Amino acid sequence: MDSVVWSRALFGTSMAFHIIFATLGVGLPLMILLAELLYQKTKDPDYERMAKRWTKAFGILLGVGIPSGTIVGVLISLLFPGFMEIVGQVIALPFQIEIWAFFLEALFMTIYVYAAGRLRPSLRIASLALVAFGALMSAVLITAAQAWMNTPTGFRMVNGQVTDVNPWKAFFNPAFPYSASHVGISAFLTGAFAVVSAGAYMLLKPGGSEKERAYHAKGLRLALATGAIFAVLTAVNGHGVAQALARHNPEKLAAAEALFETRSHAPLTLMGIADPDTQTVRYAIEIPGALSFLATNRFDGVVKGLNEVPREDWPPLYTHTLFNGMVMIGGFLILVPLGVWLYKRYRRKELPRWLLYVCLLSGPLAMLGIEMGWIFSCSGRQPWTIYHVQRTSEAATRTGNVGSLFLLFSALYLFLFVATGVVMYLYFRSHPVSKEWPLPVEREGEVQS
Amino acid sequence: MNASQLAITLIWVLLYVYSVLGSIDFGAGFWAMVYGKPESEPNRVANLFLSPSWKVTNVFLVLLVVALVGFFPHAAYMLGTILLLPAGLVLILLAIRSTFMVFAYSVSGSFAGTLRIVSGLTGLLIPALLLSVLPISLGGFVSMADGYPQLHFGRLLLSGTEYAHIGFGLATELFLSALFLASYAEESGREGAYLFYRKASLWLGPVTLVTAVITTLTFVPEASWILPNLQRAAPYFSLSVAAFVAGYSALWWKGRGGRTGRPKAAVLLIALQYGLAVFAYGAAHMPYIVYPFLSVEEGFTNTAMFRQLLIGYGICLFLLVPVFIWFWRLFFRDPAYLAKD
Repeated sequence: MDSVVWSRALFGTSMAFHIIFATLGVGLPLMILLAELLYQKTKDPDYERMAKRWTKAFGILLGVGIPSGTIVGVLISLLFPGFMEIVGQVIALPFQIEIWAFFLEALFMTIYVYAAGRLRPSLRIASLALVAFGALMSAVLITAAQAWMNTPTGFRMVNGQVTDVNPWKAFFNPAFPYSASHVGISAFLTGAFAVVSAGAYMLLKPGGSEKERAYHAKGLRLALATGAIFAVLTAVNGHGVAQALARHNPEKLAAAEALFETRSHAPLTLMGIADPDTQTVRYAIEIPGALSFLATNRFDGVVKGLNEVPREDWPPLYTHTLFNGMVMIGGFLILVPLGVWLYKRYRRKELPRWLLYVCLLSGPLAMLGIEMGWIFSCSGRQPWTIYHVQRTSEAATRTGNVGSLFLLFSALYLFLFVATGVVMYLYFRSHPVSKEWPLPVEREGEVQS
Repeated sequence: MNASQLAITLIWVLLYVYSVLGSIDFGAGFWAMVYGKPESEPNRVANLFLSPSWKVTNVFLVLLVVALVGFFPHAAYMLGTILLLPAGLVLILLAIRSTFMVFAYSVSGSFAGTLRIVSGLTGLLIPALLLSVLPISLGGFVSMADGYPQLHFGRLLLSGTEYAHIGFGLATELFLSALFLASYAEESGREGAYLFYRKASLWLGPVTLVTAVITTLTFVPEASWILPNLQRAAPYFSLSVAAFVAGYSALWWKGRGGRTGRPKAAVLLIALQYGLAVFAYGAAHMPYIVYPFLSVEEGFTNTAMFRQLLIGYGICLFLLVPVFIWFWRLFFRDPAYLAKD
């Protein structure tokens, strides 16, 4: 493998690792905020406990998410120096403002965790709201840069030199509103379903008093309701994203849908394996005209196929599988809360174990959907780093040693992934919610998060 | 001063701020490890400081990197290429340090002790390694082949100047953190911790000065271009030394409640000492970012972007300054927090 492939492997692995913590870092504060608001409204101390315990989990995740975010932030300059040279000239603003959003999040998170006891409820909620806002803004701003890679605007390339830079035009590039809303909404979705999973896990565990089960059921209900809202929003918004793709990155959509020839009444291809040589998709289910309708709102709308661009400029065809996976998970996540609601509506019983297992699965699946979406978005742009401006082979470093760094970092991520799980498990095992009746005195001054 | 000089001044200011904050942060982690028992006062003070501050300090590191790329995108190309290995190693250490620190407080037993030791030691190494960037930027360790820069990492690791820089980094980290924690201990009224950190500062202070002088004596021949520049900046270095003498002597001034030493004054004066030294060093480093391949002018971004960046920084700073002040009062002044056990 050459250093381009190693660089992509190292950065891709780093992103795949960081994205778990970044997504939960956006999603969990919203859940904590909702619990705090419910506590202020209902005065039910269970919600206060919930906010506290979720904050603890969030703190452990931040302990990994902050260094992993630092890693990707620095690695991108180290591995793609050619890319960053253009980024710095054209799309530096979102990166720079993102830092300040990061400050906002870090400052208010600390204030919320270590000074909560000294703040009025309104200030406490304001702090938490600003944590959530800072986290969301970080995601939105980084996505502005990522969207710009797909739809680069705000500059001209003349003889390999960047000229006529308009930083704000680059910032508000055509893909930005779609990508940023998609990232934000799906992060809230994933945060909610992570809590669904945790609640289901606790309810599936044998033992536990009636009171404990009631507590976990309450958390599960809140998370499912939030998840339901964001699952629907993600689907609606995802449709807009796909249409923007058809307009701005047609070959990416073509690869996602494995459409080779430009045509009207294009079918929607579900699953299957795309074969570039025969230009067919094996084992696929086709819905006639559906792709045209999705992309253009008309069954006779013309959708561009892969053959519009030279073969060497095709995105990899495995993006078809990633795209399908993401969409199917999104659909499944609408069905989970719907199923629970219907069951409650018509059976009026405690949830059966099989349904709890489905809930347990929903969190990891949501995260898998996020991973698939990101890998789709970035590999679907290949062979370009900046769409039709800079190829990945021109962007990546030519230094050696990337392979050995890849191994080092991969080992680090694997270790941290397992260690985070173990630490979470150990912490919540030794601090079950039953120990929190009544609320213990808060211990400040320890590095908790 | 033209635009690129203004931008590089800003970068040096950020570098100065991070070098002080980072030193205190990683140093505090080390002291907390040395005094591992949670009930000991020095450990208590270090953790009381670290808990609310480490995240914010970490953001300053990212700010420094991002600002450098933003203001000097052409420098990003060269620095990214040559710093891959050293910066990659720092990132791994940083990840281990922060995660282990957080993990150590979420689990109990001997496992937590191990985590704390690893976290303290990795943290100790980070500022030392970060200082390796300086000898690299001075020349002698980078070569050009077909217009493509390459770092000779092996040569760097075998050079005396690298270890002099590391020594200076270690001494600075331990001195600044001990001094700051002495002041923090005084503020929180922990006499035992104050005496411990004051004593540590007393012997570490002169060490920083000696290692700084040794470092300038170890420059490789390729870096000799900076020596006349450093001599030209001598007035500032003299002021810096004067600030050190004043700050160091403040540890004997008569303080609050008959205590020996005015640690807060000492912290401010030593911060001034480092500020002057960084400014003088930065001025001597002109016009190069990496000698002799990359000048400040060559690395600089376009004026349209520069203007927007300045406006952006101005607005964000304006919005966040009140939060920083509030943060400071909650965790550095409020007796209700400082008295926590």
